[in-house]
Amino acid sequence: MNWVIVRRRMVDALSKLLMGLATVIGVFFLLWIMWTTLKFGLAGMHWDLFTKDTPPPGTDGFGLRNAFVGSLILLGLSLLIGVPVGLMAGTWLAEYGFHSRTANTVRFINDIMLSAPSIEIGLFAYAVMVGPMGHFSALAGSLALAILMIPIIVRTTDEMLSLVGNDVREAAIALGAPNSVVITKVTWRAARAGIITGVLIGLARITGETAPLLFTALNNQYFTTNIFSPMANIPMVIFQFALSPYTNWQQMAWAASFITVLFVLVLSILARWLAGRIHVQK
Amino acid sequence: MSSLDTAARIDKGSAPIKPKAGERIWRLTGDSLFHTAARFAAFLAVAVLFATVIAVAVDSWPAIKTFGVWSFLKSSQWDPVTNAFGAFPFIIGTLVSSAIAMVLAVPISFGTALFIAEIAPSWIKRPIAGAVELLAAIPSIVYGLWGLVVFAPAFAQIEPGINSTLGAIPGVGLLFQGPPMGIGMLSAGIILAIMILPYISSVMRDVFMAVPWSLRESAYAMGCTTWEVAWHIMLPYTRSAVIGGIFLGLGRALGETMAVTFVIGNSNVLSASLLMPGATIPSVLANEFTEATSKLYLSSLIYLGLILIGVTLAVRLLAVLLLRRLASREGAST
Repeated sequence: MNWVIVRRRMVDALSKLLMGLATVIGVFFLLWIMWTTLKFGLAGMHWDLFTKDTPPPGTDGFGLRNAFVGSLILLGLSLLIGVPVGLMAGTWLAEYGFHSRTANTVRFINDIMLSAPSIEIGLFAYAVMVGPMGHFSALAGSLALAILMIPIIVRTTDEMLSLVGNDVREAAIALGAPNSVVITKVTWRAARAGIITGVLIGLARITGETAPLLFTALNNQYFTTNIFSPMANIPMVIFQFALSPYTNWQQMAWAASFITVLFVLVLSILARWLAGRIHVQK
Repeated sequence: MSSLDTAARIDKGSAPIKPKAGERIWRLTGDSLFHTAARFAAFLAVAVLFATVIAVAVDSWPAIKTFGVWSFLKSSQWDPVTNAFGAFPFIIGTLVSSAIAMVLAVPISFGTALFIAEIAPSWIKRPIAGAVELLAAIPSIVYGLWGLVVFAPAFAQIEPGINSTLGAIPGVGLLFQGPPMGIGMLSAGIILAIMILPYISSVMRDVFMAVPWSLRESAYAMGCTTWEVAWHIMLPYTRSAVIGGIFLGLGRALGETMAVTFVIGNSNVLSASLLMPGATIPSVLANEFTEATSKLYLSSLIYLGLILIGVTLAVRLLAVLLLRRLASREGAST
């Protein structure tokens, strides 16, 4: 047998083996992390987590109520800021900007923002809100989180609106509808599933974000709904509790991680399911 | 009969449905308001990028004024007591941990992407691609917690092995000596590699799958093996996007904060060994930001952030440019 062919086949077999191995490594780490989170997370589950506030250092007991409420408020505020801006910016790109030079520049910069390290956005929110206001606040945290999710919403909105056929738009215009009515009543509705997918992906992205909150919402040992003050939140609690010497705090960090991962997974699965429905409609 | 009726009515020319004057004006102003709002939102989405650079630069001005640029970059002093600050150990820490991550993540991502695109049977493709993408969904704080509590102790078990094998090589061995603590530069690099793997591999997989079938099939028809098609046909065709994906991963690694802070050991002193603790720009920001008492201390930390922004911005710019090159060549609109 020709030795060149033998060598080529061996290289091919080896490369396939290595490709398989590479895949196994990735999946292995995923399962390892999932398994640990599940094991420690379930061990740390306790009803008090949802009904009591975080216990002071060195005391017994469990409680994350203030952090759960704080995180929900932070996420809700981020949606309130991020969704309108992202939706409108994406709409401008797809419905007004088209492929003009300005629109393409906006897309380009948005793509750069898409991979912005969260710590940098945190510094920005600190510089424009915490510094001038003189104290940490939940509002500043929401601003940072909103900025992180806006590029995702802009991009999906732009893409999903571009998928809507022009015949639908023309039909609406022929009926005498002005642009804003065509967009709000026709194209937004046609692209609804895709736009919601973008929002869900954005929400999943910011759910576990910790770095920007370090500079903005910080943490709070007590229960508060005042958005102008520091607010307890799950990611900061994990950060603080995981590095603490108290066993009950460490257990709570795992429980909080487990719930965060679960929440993000549910969001991702929901987003994927919705994205699957888009293709059926098309 | 009825159709005749209709025709007759049309002939007579019934009055067109006219909106009331006020309603019409409102609809027109509403329309231009909507347009303005959309334009303003697009402006906001873009302005944030520039605003970030400006706002952070303004906040770091006191430190820039005190330390200058070059002497801040090369000084390795970091002493809040004497108010002497320098960025050198953190810049090196950031670059080294990211370099380790790239060395590990790029080949693994390449292999994973090829496995999914070329050799996996179709029934296993989706679950595996989904599993790898799930790695990106796990929040970085969870990576950090896992890295500290689970990975570091496990890694400490194999560190004596690294000491006696890699550490025994003359020259390079210096990099792999130190007590088996589990935390340090190498652990941070490994965890970063796991975190950026899904980003790089999903870009690679997408572009590999977009390689025209005619190209692949003609190579196979010539008798090429799978590896030869991948290396000589698919990789050259997708080169710019593949490099773009790698830069995207690099951008993530440079700016990653929480996971690194947990496992790098947070030592402000540079050490030759990768097994020793270190610090990166994001990790020192996360650790010391709330403790910064003096104005100059805070400003120096923000100055570090400004340097990070400069570096990651350049990397992300390059990534997006490279990713667009393939798309424009294909004539696909993005």
